[in-house]
Amino acid sequence: MTSFLQDKQLTIALTGEIDHHSAKKTMQQIGEKIDLYLPNLCILDFKAVNFMDSSGIAIVINTLRRMREIGGQIKLSNVPPQPLKVLKTAGVERITSIEPREVMI
Amino acid sequence: MKYENYMNLEFPSKSANEAFARAAVASFAAQLDPNLDELGDIKTAVSEAVTNCIVHAYPDEIGTIVLKARILPGNVLDIVIKDKGCGIEDIAKAREPMFSTGGEERSGMGFTIMESFMHEVKVNSQRGKGTTVHMRRRIVRRGDKS
Ligand SMILES: Nc1ncnc2c1ncn2[C@@H]1O[C@H](COP(=O)(O)OP(=O)(O)O)[C@@H](O)[C@H]1O
Ligand SMILES: [Mg+2]
Repeated sequence: MTSFLQDKQLTIALTGEIDHHSAKKTMQQIGEKIDLYLPNLCILDFKAVNFMDSSGIAIVINTLRRMREIGGQIKLSNVPPQPLKVLKTAGVERITSIEPREVMI
Repeated sequence: MKYENYMNLEFPSKSANEAFARAAVASFAAQLDPNLDELGDIKTAVSEAVTNCIVHAYPDEIGTIVLKARILPGNVLDIVIKDKGCGIEDIAKAREPMFSTGGEERSGMGFTIMESFMHEVKVNSQRGKGTTVHMRRRIVRRGDKS
């Protein structure tokens, strides 16, 4: 997981396979970054995520809750098709903005 | 039912086996020539069912998970995932979206995902005895794929 901060916007790049096995650590790391930088916007970048199950939904919801506590917002960017389907099935696009990964031709 | 091929796996309820289980089923399913979307759906459903055994069936112990996959006539992938854990008190309630007895690490969307990613999902459970999740997915034949 890598992250960078610019103009109070915190971008966190998630990588690999997001499941229950990896979720706890990821959740903790995101929480630490938010507490440290207190951003206005937290962007979760899914570009390098090659698998996600419902454990990822819990990560998004917890991140959203944390950001709301400090008056901020979240955005999901570069979301590949498989995680996108999981997020949509859970109705996550109703509570946050989701940008799909651009289709490669 | 007559099968064309099968595989059986048994492994302990360690979270490292979540990735193993979905990869194993994906490899087995490859002979049905699924596309990336179908493979993604199958991996996700298996991940949900196996994670439930690890998180819910055996909350404070390491127990055994049995995973069976079969290929049935008509290009159907048939998957059974079984634990001998605590069982589910109210199956209908457990299958409702957002219902979870887990903490903030869970979303309560596991069964909802299994149901929308697979063509059939049956759940059998007995308190104190364990739970069996039986799922089926028909893989579209290559020629019929868009
Ligand atoms: N194998 C199982 N053994 C015992 N309880 C289970 C099992 N699978 C699911 N459950 C119960 O059903 C509920 C809903 O499961 P699910 O939809 O996957 O959501 P989540 O796992 O996020 O809680 C769980 O919270 C748990 O109470
Ligand atoms: Mg679950």
